Amino acid sequence: MKLQLQPVVAAVLATVAVLAAPQAYAQKAEVIHWWTSGGEAAAIKEFASAYTKGGGTWIDTPIAGGGGAQARTVMANRTMGGDPPTAAQYNYGRQYEEIIKEGLLNNLDDVAAKGNWDKLLPEKIKNAVKVDGHYYAVPVNLHNENWVWYNKAVLEKAGAKEPTTLDEMFAAMDKIKAAGGGVVPLALGGQGWQEGITFRGVLLATGGLDLYNKTFKDKDTSGPGFRKAVETFKKLKGYVDPGSPGRDWNLATGMVIEGKAGFQMMGDWAKGEFINANKVAGKDFGCFMAGGPKMPYAIGGDVFVFPKSKNKDSEVAQKKLAEMMISPAMQVAFNNKKGSIPIRTDVDTSKMDVCAQAGVQAIKEGRLLSSDNELLSPDAKGAFEDVVSKFWNSDMSVDDALKSMTVALKR
Amino acid sequence: MARSKRPRRLHLALHVALLPLAIIALLGYVGSVLWSIRISFSSSRLFPRTDWVGFTQYERLFETERWIVSLNHLGILALVYILGVLVLGTLMAVFIDQQVRAESWFRTIFLYPYAMSFVVTGLIWQWLFNPGLGLQSAFRQMGWTSFTLDWTVRPDMVLYAIGLAMIWQGSGTTMAILLAALRGVDEEQWKAARLDGVPKPRYYLSIVLPQLSPAYATAFVLLAVALVRTFDVVFVMTSGGPGDASEVPAKFIIDHLFGRNNIGLASAASVVMLSTVFAVLAPLLYWRSRVQARLAAGH
Repeated sequence: MKLQLQPVVAAVLATVAVLAAPQAYAQKAEVIHWWTSGGEAAAIKEFASAYTKGGGTWIDTPIAGGGGAQARTVMANRTMGGDPPTAAQYNYGRQYEEIIKEGLLNNLDDVAAKGNWDKLLPEKIKNAVKVDGHYYAVPVNLHNENWVWYNKAVLEKAGAKEPTTLDEMFAAMDKIKAAGGGVVPLALGGQGWQEGITFRGVLLATGGLDLYNKTFKDKDTSGPGFRKAVETFKKLKGYVDPGSPGRDWNLATGMVIEGKAGFQMMGDWAKGEFINANKVAGKDFGCFMAGGPKMPYAIGGDVFVFPKSKNKDSEVAQKKLAEMMISPAMQVAFNNKKGSIPIRTDVDTSKMDVCAQAGVQAIKEGRLLSSDNELLSPDAKGAFEDVVSKFWNSDMSVDDALKSMTVALKR
Repeated sequence: MARSKRPRRLHLALHVALLPLAIIALLGYVGSVLWSIRISFSSSRLFPRTDWVGFTQYERLFETERWIVSLNHLGILALVYILGVLVLGTLMAVFIDQQVRAESWFRTIFLYPYAMSFVVTGLIWQWLFNPGLGLQSAFRQMGWTSFTLDWTVRPDMVLYAIGLAMIWQGSGTTMAILLAALRGVDEEQWKAARLDGVPKPRYYLSIVLPQLSPAYATAFVLLAVALVRTFDVVFVMTSGGPGDASEVPAKFIIDHLFGRNNIGLASAASVVMLSTVFAVLAPLLYWRSRVQARLAAGH
């Protein structure tokens, strides 16, 4: 069969022409994050749909792993390797300290000037995202990790009074334990970071702002307050079920939602799970801050950073993303699904539930404190949580734990 | 043995063909090892730095309790895993060597676990051991209420749970290696032994297995390497928990490389692991080469 040359050449040229034509994606934005639970996914969908409605293309790149270590790893590797995402999620604190130092992030000074971030953001939050006078991250929410959530029906059935402090919680858990029936008083996911959150909640309940700062800012663990916190922390072990090691945080929240457990000490991203399960705050579940109603809000939460890229289009997409994320409408929509509170105080708070309103009150009263994420390097924080986890899971003595914790803090 | 009279062109062609592999091996493999060693002498955190800090990272490493604990665990796992696999592999190989009827079925069944990655193995055994979801809860629901199998949540037993999962996964390949070597053993020996009235177990133990020492050496090397690399099964089964009761060096290294933003410390740990492996395997390989040389000279 003789091959006709002309049609073949024409076909080849046509193919090449199609491939060579620039792909006209409307502002592509690839976003790396670690929001993979039900409530979290619903929240980031708000951002995605708003961005898409504004004419952009949102490429979602979730990387599972509570705490986000895997996601931050991928982000660092890809940025170093020359294929950075358009945006990446981080937590407030020193996690992104080094990538800023290496000059790998675009700064957001023009978006900040346009949105008047200097006036808009509370002081502590501004200090967390403004490094060396430049804005490097857009804050999207404010989480408090030291909440306690409880299932109202479970408490009622056990005849327990709804607690507002940690001491009252112990009394309620005793009632639940006595009532039996397979209900676990305290649902804990046995992972290092969750045990860490539990410990910091106990620390705030024991000695408040002063003890917290003494421990994480001054790295000073001497003194009776810290010791008492460590002992109280171990007391909680008696209320946790044996299947706890390794459990994911949202499965522990699920236990409380389904009435299989009474309490969970977790950040207010757990509230997102309750909301996703159509539970109502104040009716189905209750909340209180571990350190009591006047407890300072430890700044936790999420920001998005924008790595430098060779692609000029990405800068436009990045600015669009930042503006969209901090807009008042998006702040309310996103945070309602997420369980956190907006970082702007100029939004309508009437639609927020009781737990969120307590948080907004804390911001208005300026009761914010720098979290351990900001005060400790990831290495020191990790080492400290190693000791907390080991102390929780083994029969390590309180004295040994104190010694190891002191060493860990100084890293 | 006379030198083969291959034409020189062919010799050159052979060497050129192997060049890409050699380059990749040198650059990729040896190069990264050298780079890791270099980084372990720096103060690198999230990104590499080019300073020199002497042995600081190594000092810090051995002051880190979690690292010492992980080394202890590696030692325990070495005993449990390597011994367990060698014994189980031997038993399975000898069993199949009996020329049983459904030999190929048994071979397939014994080898199946190896087809699963360590991740799947870890998940399966994690579910089996979970007190709320696994064997314990199943037996209790069936009526046996005092049955306990919660090794993965007990700090004192979790390492053995992991060892069990690894033995299950790894016995198949050792069995295959030993079976291949067994098939090379002369059938006449069994006839001679039967004439002398030697019972079968004694025959295997005293006559056959000693002849398999090259196969055992191979199996041991493969097992030792797999052991030092143990990360995925631990990560999936227990995440090193409860606490650090099932921490292993590979997981310590990965955690510090990524989550803890400390590649200097992780590189120091990697160099320690490398030295340990060398220290164990080098004498073994040297001994094997001496035995080979003796055998070759004896002919």
